[in-house]
Amino acid sequence: MSDPAPETRLPLPLKTRFGAWPARVVARRTLRKALGRAGIDPRVPGPAVAADGAGAYFSGRALRWTHAGDVLEVTLHRAPCNEIGTTMLAELEALAAYVRAGAGGAQALLMHSAIERGCSAGADLRELHAGLLGRSEASPLAIAREVRGFLDRIHAVMDTLDQAPLTTVAAVHGVVFGGGFELALTADVIVADKSARFAFPELRLGLVPGFGGIPRLRRDVGNAVVRDLLLTGRSLNATRAQGVGLVSQVVGRGKALQAARGVATQATRFDADTTRLAKRFAKPLPRAELEREKDLFVEMLARPVVLDALTKFVESDDVRPYLP
Amino acid sequence: MTEDQLIAKLIALAATRFKADPAGLEADQDFFASLGIDSFQAMELMTDLEEEFDVEIPDYELQGVTTFRALAGVLAARL
Repeated sequence: MSDPAPETRLPLPLKTRFGAWPARVVARRTLRKALGRAGIDPRVPGPAVAADGAGAYFSGRALRWTHAGDVLEVTLHRAPCNEIGTTMLAELEALAAYVRAGAGGAQALLMHSAIERGCSAGADLRELHAGLLGRSEASPLAIAREVRGFLDRIHAVMDTLDQAPLTTVAAVHGVVFGGGFELALTADVIVADKSARFAFPELRLGLVPGFGGIPRLRRDVGNAVVRDLLLTGRSLNATRAQGVGLVSQVVGRGKALQAARGVATQATRFDADTTRLAKRFAKPLPRAELEREKDLFVEMLARPVVLDALTKFVESDDVRPYLP
Repeated sequence: MTEDQLIAKLIALAATRFKADPAGLEADQDFFASLGIDSFQAMELMTDLEEEFDVEIPDYELQGVTTFRALAGVLAARL
């Protein structure tokens, strides 16, 4: 994968500075809170926060973002493979808050991974396992509430990215599994390099994907493909993923970021309000199904088979833990 | 393509992907060990094979497959 663009801090565009005041104020407060949760002091101008506290660029432990022209570029960089746990979630929340606050005036958002292995291996299973073990004395109801809280937070992030009033592009390579696949599915356009593989391996853990993946996938491709991926846990390569309509462009290894920048730049050539209206029309959010998915996930997590499977995964010294 | 030819082709592809000396790779060796690769890298090889032979290889068919000979068997069943 190519190196990300050098980080630059650009002044906020005028339309952001003089946008609708009350909404901006509210959004700014939300952003500051989210930055605080991500461990960034929003009152201190520095490498992560612009002088006015807006966060024109951000550099965290799991992701960073910067502006390249009218494109907001987001880079995931948490080793070993961008697992989505509490650290990644907090920073994704900061990103979502920034997007809700106007994304610094950006007209397109591009997300990619700087990790060689791929986009993301999905949810942080070790953290989930430790969390369940650490609460073995807690009541099932208390655990369910906590899990539901995490799901509500990650769904809020995913829904914000999904419905962001600008064009979103995901450049993916390598492993695009589970939660990572779900994150990619929030994008309007997915550009994949030939190394990309997409999978929902959750059934081997006794679970279904919990970050909105199935409703979003079903929105985009035929239900036969959804069942194939969900019920077999097998992975699709980039060419096959393009064949079923999931991926927009397939490019050579290491070329996805460059191609995705082309898509994002193209998107910035259109009137922003036109894009917003077109996207709202073309990309409805499957709200009811997303809610049902959360309910089902919480219900399934309570079964002993899940902790057994997680323990097996965490304790495995197999060099192939990701093969079903 | 005979089994031996297929195995030779797999070894050549694996050697190219992981920059290994093909002379040091044998049909019945554990390729995870001989190539020093993990599951993520095995998926890269799987993608190479799918592209080279224009075929899909479901992950579950590779469960327990650790040698080039066994891999050739899985592939041959789909060609």
